Amino acid sequence: MMNALLEVRDLIVEFKTRDGIVRVLDQISFDVNAGEILGIVGESGCGKSMTALSLMGLVPTPPGNIAGGRIAMQDQNLLDLDQEQLRHIRGSEISMIFQEPMSSLNPVFTVGEQIAEALRLHEKISSKEAMDRAIDMLQAVDIPEPESRSKAYPHQLSGGMRQRVMIAIGLACRPKLLIADEPTTALDATVQAQIFDLLKNLQKDMDTAIILITHDMGAIAELADRVAVMYAGRIVEQGSVVNVLMEPKHPYTKGLIDCVPHLETNPSTERKRLTEIPGVVPALDKLNQGCAFAPRCAQALSHCNDIKPQLDSVDNAVNIELDHADKNQELVACHLYGTTGNESQGVAG
Amino acid sequence: MINADGDLKVENLKVHFGKKTGLFGGPGQVVHAVDGVSFDVPAGSTLGIVGESGSGKSTTALAIMRLVELTQGKVTLGETIISDLEGDALRSERRRFQMIFQDPYSSLNPRERAGDIVKEPLHLMKIGTKAERDDRVSELFTQVGLRPEQQALFPHQFSGGQRQRLGFAKALATTPGLIVCDEPVSALDVAIQAQILNLMSDLQDQMGLTYLFISHDLGVVQHVCDEIAVMYLGQIVEQADRLSLFSRPRHPYTKALLAAVPTVHGSFVNGKRRLREPGMRIKGDPPSPINPPAGCRFAGRCPKAEDQCHETAPAFRHIDTGHKVACHLV
Repeated sequence: MMNALLEVRDLIVEFKTRDGIVRVLDQISFDVNAGEILGIVGESGCGKSMTALSLMGLVPTPPGNIAGGRIAMQDQNLLDLDQEQLRHIRGSEISMIFQEPMSSLNPVFTVGEQIAEALRLHEKISSKEAMDRAIDMLQAVDIPEPESRSKAYPHQLSGGMRQRVMIAIGLACRPKLLIADEPTTALDATVQAQIFDLLKNLQKDMDTAIILITHDMGAIAELADRVAVMYAGRIVEQGSVVNVLMEPKHPYTKGLIDCVPHLETNPSTERKRLTEIPGVVPALDKLNQGCAFAPRCAQALSHCNDIKPQLDSVDNAVNIELDHADKNQELVACHLYGTTGNESQGVAG
Repeated sequence: MINADGDLKVENLKVHFGKKTGLFGGPGQVVHAVDGVSFDVPAGSTLGIVGESGSGKSTTALAIMRLVELTQGKVTLGETIISDLEGDALRSERRRFQMIFQDPYSSLNPRERAGDIVKEPLHLMKIGTKAERDDRVSELFTQVGLRPEQQALFPHQFSGGQRQRLGFAKALATTPGLIVCDEPVSALDVAIQAQILNLMSDLQDQMGLTYLFISHDLGVVQHVCDEIAVMYLGQIVEQADRLSLFSRPRHPYTKALLAAVPTVHGSFVNGKRRLREPGMRIKGDPPSPINPPAGCRFAGRCPKAEDQCHETAPAFRHIDTGHKVACHLV
């Protein structure tokens, strides 16, 4: 079995609001292995970005507060570190790229200077050397004429180019883990495809693990090795991409896949109706006792509203060749599967 | 129900921004946002316009709505030449064509109650008595899947999907035949997107609406549209009915656009990730619409471009029944 690069266990993040304490992440657990791409998918407000911020130590405190759990990067618990120690890790061990490259780049410095800055923060090198390596990075992210482009300001570049620069900054110090939070949402389809190719190639060349945060199941299918589906601050299903996407277990995962109109090469002349997930994502301070998805779920059982289902392994029904340990890693939090629901039902009854 | 407003016809539409002469008499910069676009949308059907940002799809929508000035061209709805209307005549004809915007957050007045927002077009058009207007608003709320008692709420009390429903109620108030939808679902979460798309097809079935549907999302366009036009840098490069466009795309840009969309089912074959066909990726970004290239506008990014592509612009011509393409190599 592979040793996990990052281990997140029972992570709980709470926010203080006027109406009391709201739990935005509820016992999140997952692993990221070295060199793999883990996708985190869900609708807005489900906690995807908050998960990323927790890993980076960027949860605004107060009002936010990491109330429990463990984030271990190669056996070091990141939650035990102070800001000074975290600063050494951010950028060199874990780095992050954001959705809107224009607002995360500094408009008054050239892109070359901004990549060099990341390098000089973590390595003792001369500014000349840093600039040379910045130009190498621009070349690595396929920016044409990297030498002259290194002297360009962010506004002189297109959206796709800016995101390439962000990736160059993120990967400059060869981090072991790159968190990409909706990296292509602001980009056009053809440019998105270019960025996906780039991420895949860099991940292979540099052996960087990537956490890809997105709402687009297509992007997950294209890039990720494994996927975690989040809903209302919890992971509801987790497993290899092939299994989760081809044989989704949780009704929410099924809904997310079915409600998107899928591009077909031979569309029928008749228009089909899309499958809807009725209702909206619940406010986190108004969650029920049980499964947060139960009010929107067509298959909900009588106890779904009252008893919280735990993330548990399911017997894998799909007969697909899986890598070594993956067979035991198909997890789902739903009373329709596994045994937790029935046991709890007995207790509740 | 039959749509009495007739077909939408757009002929050689051009919208240019900027001036021919610059500040000190030098050459100015003209943005050729829409540069010679023609299409028909038969009453009761949906035409989709797809393209990347800067392709001119939204400007086309705004020009048809008469919300930007037309540089050239003719827009006809039924017997009425929309592009010739001015002043009061334009205002009163507006009841026949309405628009849905992308962002349901910024297109509703935050200080007005939902009922008043929907009632406003009736006011402006002086349609019905006060009692009739009240009844009409309640009816509209029900039609778009809201509850009539929600009229007293303000926009911020609605979710994104509900706000887009409000947008539809407002647009439908004057019983228009044509609705121009500019990215109506791209600001919504996927689960909500499905609800709104289903609402749109229900409304079309009930009222025989004609939709002009602007989107960058090919999956959505394939789902809702009868016919699709692909725009690139201000021009239509390919247009066909749904089946021919998606099963036999001809223009290299359309092919690249289709290949760029990641899909859940297309990504796996027999439980293994499918390898991409090499050569389906296009490089770079679209050129600037300020000085569009002389020949085919896509030639600079086209994997198959030949010398003639850079020199002469290809004609937009029929290659099959209902399938038009602008490419030298087809």
